[in-house]
Amino acid sequence: MQSLGIDALFKGRNFLRLLEGLWVSVRISLIAVLISIVLGVVMGMLMTSKSRILKAVFRIYLEIVRIMPQMVLLFVVYFGTTRVFGWNLTSEAAAIIVFSFWGTAEMGDLVRGALISIPRIQYESARALGMKEGTLFRYVILPQTIRRMIPLSINLITRMIKTTSLVMMIGMVEVLKVGQQIIEANRKASPNAAFGVFGMVFFLYFLICWPISRLAAGLEKRWA
Amino acid sequence: MKNITIAKRIGTVVLGLTLAAGLPLNALTVKADAESAGNFRTLDEIKESGTINIGVFSDKSPFGYVDEYGEYQGYDVYFAERIGQDLGVEINYVSTEAASRIEYLETGKVDIILANFTVTEERAEVVDFALPYMNVALGIVSPEDAVIESLDQIGEDDEVIVISGTTAETYLEKNNPEIRLQKYDAYAEAKTAFENGYGAAWANDNTEVIAFAIENEGYVVGIPSLGSQDTIAPAVTKGNESLLNWLNEEIEALGGENFFHQDYEATLLDTYGKDYEDTLVVEGGKVGA
Repeated sequence: MQSLGIDALFKGRNFLRLLEGLWVSVRISLIAVLISIVLGVVMGMLMTSKSRILKAVFRIYLEIVRIMPQMVLLFVVYFGTTRVFGWNLTSEAAAIIVFSFWGTAEMGDLVRGALISIPRIQYESARALGMKEGTLFRYVILPQTIRRMIPLSINLITRMIKTTSLVMMIGMVEVLKVGQQIIEANRKASPNAAFGVFGMVFFLYFLICWPISRLAAGLEKRWA
Repeated sequence: MKNITIAKRIGTVVLGLTLAAGLPLNALTVKADAESAGNFRTLDEIKESGTINIGVFSDKSPFGYVDEYGEYQGYDVYFAERIGQDLGVEINYVSTEAASRIEYLETGKVDIILANFTVTEERAEVVDFALPYMNVALGIVSPEDAVIESLDQIGEDDEVIVISGTTAETYLEKNNPEIRLQKYDAYAEAKTAFENGYGAAWANDNTEVIAFAIENEGYVVGIPSLGSQDTIAPAVTKGNESLLNWLNEEIEALGGENFFHQDYEATLLDTYGKDYEDTLVVEGGKVGA
């Protein structure tokens, strides 16, 4: 199996290092996803408000996130804040800020889309039944919104997990970087290590993303 | 509509936060005239803190890489270890990428870059280079049975393989426009093309072609160093004189004990063999000595 680089994968602490790298990726994305969900829901609700100023502000925010590559955002937050404000953010803090900044915008847009897709008649019927606004929101609108949002949010979350590989640009050693380090360190000993190592990295990402998408499928079924 | 008002209040806070996070966008525009002065730690401050931050490559074997126990190794790292020892401080290695090296220095997030950093005029305008500790030049590798030892030997119909965007491409186009080039985007493509006999020779950084000739039977580096001799040196933040002076003195002093030859023998010998020791190593900061 030498030619597949399996030997390189299990040499010394290599496999453990890959798992440590995976934990870095998972940690960043987990924190960022949690922040994004909370802030995104609030933002989505605000985006449906009638205020034009609010709408315009969120529109600009969303466009910035869509236009700016995540890599540029990482550089701006990590190096830019030091240049301009003299803040010395750790690379992890910078990564979490960038991923939350991105996640909140996209999540907000998803929430907005789901909210406006609920037919007016749902609101009117609930009111006709004598529900107060709070009850209406809690028992009629929210459950339907969440159900509509799940597939799209899962898509966003897995995308965020995979994009964490960019944090290597600001000095964080995550799973993909560890993979590259292993391949390079074994360039002579096992020239084909790339296959085995990248294969394992693929499998590790799969291991993280697959349960999330199963969970989502389960929830969708339960709430359908 | 109570829910909405609460949501609105939270929203204002959120908005504030997100805008605060978005503010650094200005950084892009201010960048050009931002002063980097004062953005570094002096020698005394480093000693006092007990830790030095050194930016190295973590995936460029054999210059800077991480071994199977998670330890940094390589030619650059061997020198970094010595710096830490002589300063009497711990080393915090920062894994850098080629594209982020200057940014790290300009923001003072590392004290020294030791990541196979080639000295160029453009870079010297934004960072301060210490004395060099390694040579790098272009090299040309060719098959054993048709060795090319000088550029005159390249015939009119011969093509030389280069990788786009490398110094080899720029150099040959500028200085020898008569030589026909065959360009590839990636290292692997150029390698395959050369191995299959598509070109009479392959021009690249000499460290690359030498390693290729040693790893693959039947090829010889006919021209081990061509064109402008570039050097590799440690770099510090522009204006960090105390650290720069210390590094220069250190490199000169280490010349006395042939330190970089030992470094070569410990880290590069396996890849480049004994023959290239004097081609690659710069001892005591003196090029060509």
